[in-house]
Amino acid sequence: MRLRMVPDNTNWDFFRIAPLTLGLSGLLVVGSILLTIFVGLNFGIDFKGGTTIRTESTQPVDVGAYRDAIQPLGLGDVSLNQVFDTSFRDDQHVAMIRIEAQQGEESASSTLVEDVRTALQGVAPDIIFASVESVGPKVSGELIWTAIYAVLLAIGAVLVYIWLRFEWQFALGAVIALVHDVIITIGAFALFQIKFDLAIIAALLTIVGYSLNDTVVVFDRVREDLRRFKTKPLREVLNGSINVTLSRTIMTSFTTLIALIALYVLGGDVISGFVFAMIMGITVGTYSSIYVASVVLLKMGVKRDWSKTDGGAGTQYANIDA
Amino acid sequence: MLQIETWKRVLIILIVLGGLAMAMPNAFYTRVETHNDAIKAIEKGGTGDGLAEQVGMWPTWLPSSLVNLGLDLRGGAQLLAEVQVEDVYKARMKSMWPEIRDMLREERATIGTIRLQDSDDDALRVRISNADQVDEAAALVRGLARPVASLSGAGQSDIDVTTQGDMIVVQLSEAEKLATDDRTVRQALEIVRSRIDEVGTREPTIQRQGDQRILIQVPGIGSAAELKRIIGTTAQLTFNAVVSRTENANENPGPGEELLPAKDQEGLYYVLDSAPVVTGEDLVDAQPSFDQNGRPAVTFRFDPTGARRFGDYTAENIGKPFAIVLDNEVISAPTIQAHIAGGSGIITGNFTLEESTELAVLLRAGALPASLDFLEERTIGPELGADSIEAGKIACIVAGIAVLAFMFASYGLFGVFANVALMVNVGLIFGLLSMIGATLTLPGIAGIVLTIGMAVDANVLIFERIREELRNGKGPARAIELGYEKALSAIVDANITTILTALILYAVGSGPVRGFAITLGVGIVTSVFAAIYVTRLIVVFWFERRRPKTLEI
Repeated sequence: MRLRMVPDNTNWDFFRIAPLTLGLSGLLVVGSILLTIFVGLNFGIDFKGGTTIRTESTQPVDVGAYRDAIQPLGLGDVSLNQVFDTSFRDDQHVAMIRIEAQQGEESASSTLVEDVRTALQGVAPDIIFASVESVGPKVSGELIWTAIYAVLLAIGAVLVYIWLRFEWQFALGAVIALVHDVIITIGAFALFQIKFDLAIIAALLTIVGYSLNDTVVVFDRVREDLRRFKTKPLREVLNGSINVTLSRTIMTSFTTLIALIALYVLGGDVISGFVFAMIMGITVGTYSSIYVASVVLLKMGVKRDWSKTDGGAGTQYANIDA
Repeated sequence: MLQIETWKRVLIILIVLGGLAMAMPNAFYTRVETHNDAIKAIEKGGTGDGLAEQVGMWPTWLPSSLVNLGLDLRGGAQLLAEVQVEDVYKARMKSMWPEIRDMLREERATIGTIRLQDSDDDALRVRISNADQVDEAAALVRGLARPVASLSGAGQSDIDVTTQGDMIVVQLSEAEKLATDDRTVRQALEIVRSRIDEVGTREPTIQRQGDQRILIQVPGIGSAAELKRIIGTTAQLTFNAVVSRTENANENPGPGEELLPAKDQEGLYYVLDSAPVVTGEDLVDAQPSFDQNGRPAVTFRFDPTGARRFGDYTAENIGKPFAIVLDNEVISAPTIQAHIAGGSGIITGNFTLEESTELAVLLRAGALPASLDFLEERTIGPELGADSIEAGKIACIVAGIAVLAFMFASYGLFGVFANVALMVNVGLIFGLLSMIGATLTLPGIAGIVLTIGMAVDANVLIFERIREELRNGKGPARAIELGYEKALSAIVDANITTILTALILYAVGSGPVRGFAITLGVGIVTSVFAAIYVTRLIVVFWFERRRPKTLEI
């Protein structure tokens, strides 16, 4: 007896609820953009500059006492919060302190860090600084642009690649789907105010790759079926292709999600934001490969007369054998 | 039919075995690391108890390359420094002054007297008394120009000489500035490297980033502040003639002179001749030691030319004070008691033992050509790194088991085949990472976990396709063959797009992000290899043995 995520030979009509899902997607995208603009992202020091200190102590964290200890140092905007994670030992109490970039300084001076250490030792004598990271305003400004540039470059590269391998309608569908995924993932970061730093950009780029992975598998099948059923209406061909690849789409996303959820729960808090972005992106990406990419393709229409080309464009790799 | 030529089979098996052999040392990380460290220590001429024993902890004939652990996993410090290249311009112009002065003095008959003007930019301004001869004088100075020693600046001269009324303005040309910048950064890089080597930590990474920046990563060091002390000090040591002592901080030094504060006496200043007698570059050795009163000090030795110059100077100036200047502070200003021949000496000041040791290291490694600005600094404690590795390990194991179980439940025997390929894949990732000496970071571990999830993707694509072909009434052999054939274009397209993003990540990212990009890229290559070659080989072996009439997948 085999486990089946999806029954064999499904023949669901995915486009029946397309108006609904398009509305939902549009709503999510607009909502995400509004959230990002009006609530804003919780930028880490990579993008904002400043200093973060991760403290560890065997005594429970008293955020109020920590704050009172640091206040007299006059460091400007200081944010303090306790960190919880399943991977911590019972007597491991962790807090994150974030201090804004100090006037006229690039990275934090050692005296600043030492002052904070002395102040906090008054509250928790055994406190240690597990990590201290400091980024100056000069670099953080550049990093924002590097990040934006990287994401745009990735999207551009993908657009060109799909265009070369398929038709432009496919490329547009795929790119709209992945922009959709990236925006909604960023929206989730704004909603939950999870720290947004350089690692998250790496996660976003991975989502770009992954979201495409799903879309490409569906499209590959569409291309094949379009050639096979020359007279069938586009809607039916698309629907058929999605049905046939559905089991694979779900299986792959599911195995990846299993692995990521294990990492999210057990991998420690340092990495959890990164993993959260991936989980978000893969979930949304799976949905969008069907309900955004394919729907866009359906609305755009596609060239059906393949008789003029050699017909082998999509299977040129198929001649390689092991 | 299902066939793979023998040489291909052998090749696939060899690649897998080779990859696994390269990966194996990572399973015995501390053991192999001790072995490698001991070998390095012996190469450096180290002899010590237990070194041979430590070498024996791992057989020498086995592969011994390891995946480097990034700072976020091992703990250590990282600094991003920007070299203040403009510092050099001023020093360069200052050093040109004696040459220009001597030449113009010889022409006193035509151009009259000359006088160096104060200037706050990087230019050298010389006023001459016979203003109508200014062009003549400028032409003479131009004669001192040398061609720029760089490829892009070839054919241009190193200085720009212009005139302003009765003044000659000399400054470095743009081409020379560019060439100087590059040289300065490279020099700074070398000095930083030698200072860190002096301290002797394991596998530091020191690399140039962009035009003016240096990225320094030192595993195992306690804090970025410590690292900054070692590499942040310019350690520009000079011996200058003292013109006068003063307590007036605003005293105006004459042209060619400068006012510098004393290091340990507040409110005391010295007016010095800015052209040094000897500099730190003339040193061949510096060691921490003690003066006759038992206070920490640094002894040093000059090279032959330095020794001769210092000897001549002291012989001519007995009874006069001279200043030992470190990074624009006068450390001490002793009076010359006698002619100092032999070229060695001692620097005393109010040093602690730690300071004198550090100063000796800095003097030995040489001075930085320009000061460094720190743009970014990160310290990660070793405990946090260890916790991250531990959590990452557990997560990887759980993720692996969950995926293996799920694959078996979904595809039965074929799931087992895919699982074998998955394990081979993880082995190959580690093998490749060790081979290219890549660094594993925390996001990199996430990359591996992601690969575990995605690695089965290609197999799922193939298996689903085989199922479909079976449903369409194909025989087992034909179905397997078609499954592989038809799934290939989707596999290739899907993975190339992911490789594209990994490449972009690598190109624009740095540090942990770059580590992630490498793991992701390597993971994609190995997982495609594992899916289309390794599982296929296993399936073929199985098929040839069993010749099944029906296929359950």
